[in-house]
Amino acid sequence: MLQSIEVARGARVTPHIVAPRPPVAEARASAQPEKPCIVTRHLTAYFGDTPAIKDISTAIPQLAVTAIIGPSGCGKSTLLRCLNRMHETVPKARVDGDVEILGSSIYGEGTNATAVRRHVGMVFQRPTPFPTMSIEANVAAGLRVDSKHRRADQQEHEIVEEALHRAGLWDEVKDRLKESAMGLSGGQQQRLCIARALATRPRVLLLDEPTASLDPLSSQKVEELVYQLRETMTVVIVTHNMQQAARVSDRTAFLLAGELIEFERTNELFTAPRDPRTEAYITGRFG
Amino acid sequence: MISGGMIGLTYLAAVLATLPLLLILFHLLKQGAASLSLAFFTNMPKPVGEVGGGMANAIVGTLTLIGIACVIGLPIGIGAGIYLAEKRITPIAHSVRFLSDVLNGLPSIVMGIFAWEFLVRPAGHFSALAGGAALGAMMIPLVTRTTEEMLRVVPVSLREAALALGYPRWRTSISVVLRTALAGIATGALVAVARVAGETAPLLFTAFGNQFWSTSLREPIAALPLQIFTYAISPYDEWHAQAWAGALVLISIVLVISLAARFVTRSRFGAPVD
Amino acid sequence: MTALPAEALQKERRRLRVHEAAIGDRIYEIVTTACALVVPALVIAIAIAVFAAAWPAFAKLGLSLVTSSDWDVGAGHFGAAPALYGTLVSSAVALIIATPLAIGVAIFLSEFSPTWLRQPIGFLVDLLAAVPSVVYGLWGIFVLVPMLREHVMPFLRDRLHLGATPFFSGPAYGPSMLAAGVVLAIMALPYISAVSREVLMAVPRSQREAALALGATRWEMIRDAVVPYAKSGIIGGIMLGLGRALGETMAVTMVIGNRPEISASLFAPGYTMASLIANEFSEATNDLHLSALMAVGAILFIITLIVNAAARWLVWQVSRGRAS
Repeated sequence: MLQSIEVARGARVTPHIVAPRPPVAEARASAQPEKPCIVTRHLTAYFGDTPAIKDISTAIPQLAVTAIIGPSGCGKSTLLRCLNRMHETVPKARVDGDVEILGSSIYGEGTNATAVRRHVGMVFQRPTPFPTMSIEANVAAGLRVDSKHRRADQQEHEIVEEALHRAGLWDEVKDRLKESAMGLSGGQQQRLCIARALATRPRVLLLDEPTASLDPLSSQKVEELVYQLRETMTVVIVTHNMQQAARVSDRTAFLLAGELIEFERTNELFTAPRDPRTEAYITGRFG
Repeated sequence: MISGGMIGLTYLAAVLATLPLLLILFHLLKQGAASLSLAFFTNMPKPVGEVGGGMANAIVGTLTLIGIACVIGLPIGIGAGIYLAEKRITPIAHSVRFLSDVLNGLPSIVMGIFAWEFLVRPAGHFSALAGGAALGAMMIPLVTRTTEEMLRVVPVSLREAALALGYPRWRTSISVVLRTALAGIATGALVAVARVAGETAPLLFTAFGNQFWSTSLREPIAALPLQIFTYAISPYDEWHAQAWAGALVLISIVLVISLAARFVTRSRFGAPVD
Repeated sequence: MTALPAEALQKERRRLRVHEAAIGDRIYEIVTTACALVVPALVIAIAIAVFAAAWPAFAKLGLSLVTSSDWDVGAGHFGAAPALYGTLVSSAVALIIATPLAIGVAIFLSEFSPTWLRQPIGFLVDLLAAVPSVVYGLWGIFVLVPMLREHVMPFLRDRLHLGATPFFSGPAYGPSMLAAGVVLAIMALPYISAVSREVLMAVPRSQREAALALGATRWEMIRDAVVPYAKSGIIGGIMLGLGRALGETMAVTMVIGNRPEISASLFAPGYTMASLIANEFSEATNDLHLSALMAVGAILFIITLIVNAAARWLVWQVSRGRAS
């Protein structure tokens, strides 16, 4: 069963809430490798009147990790945030163009941003656990949003446990699920946020410089995690760390001043870039 | 040398500034404790000459008035605070903030006039409701201000994290942002309560005071500050003594509420929030 | 993308649910906006209540309301000049006493205080704001007034020979303008002090260091570099204290003597607008009387409005980072 975000004429979007099922087999069976997961069409995002990304049209493949790299201010985070309609939450921000996820336009007529975000997971640069909630409640936060579709406690607990396993955090917190999330270290908090995003079984996971504020050991754990996630979901990761992009991603996009310069298999981008600007960035001539 | 002298003057200023409070507390304890007894808390006021009068009705009356004030002042104050925290710089937000300060600075007797005009005059009689409404109106600007400040402190990243999970905007504001700021908001509410608990002027022609027992909203009601005032300006020594006792009880209530406010600022999970 | 038939029913329910999220947003928006609008509504309602009821008195009495000293209910004369005078003078006295003390304490706490003393002293000064005004009045009647009558006033008048001036002459009854000024000073002190403390601590280190580097002593640094920088904030704090003093009712009523007369001497009893209203409102006998009291309230409203608005503006200026 593939999710579909349908656009009904004049009506609100009806997202399908993902039902529990064994992730890997299902995903592999129903994936159509040639079909891209995310397609952007002439995507331009503004802050006020200033465009942060300009006319980006590209296709991000399914069940793979795609990295977005580029110097500060090039629009990487903006591009990422357009993929789950988070860009528009900033005052005076707007988006032109379109983005399709698994065939459905998320900016189409009648689509609801909240619905879109329930199907796309996001992890931010700084860990943001909800301070008043326990570890368990944090992970389950995404599940509890939909209050009409309440799950039985047991079912919810299973989902939480699974998410914590996938995030590689279960062993460290299994004895203190009811304790405050604020008692965890920075690296643990970030993995908690990843677990929180994974709990809703999104098809797409967006990561905005997830290891930027972490120590090297925690960063490594997160990178391993990201590498494994490609088996069950499409991952897009923004990073300012080229080595990280080289380590975890299958394809890499290079952005400069809001434009998409090059989008290649990671190996090729880093060993034989086609555009001179890409080469300049990769070899450290600027950045 | 002048420098040293000036520094010495500031020390003197510090001493002089703290002196009145210590004097007041001293006298309150000395005079008030002497007249305090169990009867004070359980008995009704008695006419002059009779022994054993108390202020039971006034204590309960004050609590009733505070209750009414909270019902009116807290929801509106918190709602307004939420609005201001979210719509920070719009013209309406600026005006509301400014007018909230104006409201805060109004003499409390003007609040009393206002409540009298709208709640006493049309009804034809004094009432606890009118008194509570005057106090509630006074609470609104205080609660609004602290709520807004507490909400502003919550980092934007928390709100974004909730939005990214698919929380609708209203749910983000309430379940995440408000919940995170709750301790601070509760503190602000308690501080506002402590402030209005001691007010007398707005009650002079709204709640009006009552020598008898009453908890009805539509009747005049006794209140500690009113009772203290009445007794203090009377010519009777017994009543003066009662006034001191009442003042001691009143300031104790105010202090307890203020301390509770500080206590609440510890986070739910035990670590003090700074 | 076609959906499987079994899901059609589920889709319908989901559509409603997301729609409800939008409804939730709407309701939330409406409720918070309504709450916010209560504030301006309240201010307008108060203004209307007071001015509408005051209008007949303004119309009938005109300027005599504030220029005449003849307050005769029976004859229909309502001259509130003594009350107006009293409000202004008692507040002025309060500021004269409180300002140097408050700024002194503020400087002490922000510059010279040993660390262990800072919190307790600051706390005690701030606590002054928490004491209910009727408690101040009570203490005023039974402690302050006798103290003034028996010690301070004779000292000022006879020992310091200030009795030769009109300000400290006359019999020392006790309840007086001076008593009111002292009580108001104590009540205004924490407000002036709190704001001053805040703005003094907000003066950037660079300012202080620049002065010290030029060879200034600690005190000179404060006098020439820190205080001028914080000037508008401090003035804002003073005006805040003034606003408080102008509107204060109970404590003043209990110690000022409630005599509607204008006198130059601080030893003489006096009257304030707030006391006038407090004393007579419940027993207002006729409509004109009531209206006159409302008119006094209206004047008080306007005066405190202007003072508080000016105070907020000054403090706001400082918080936006502008040096004076």
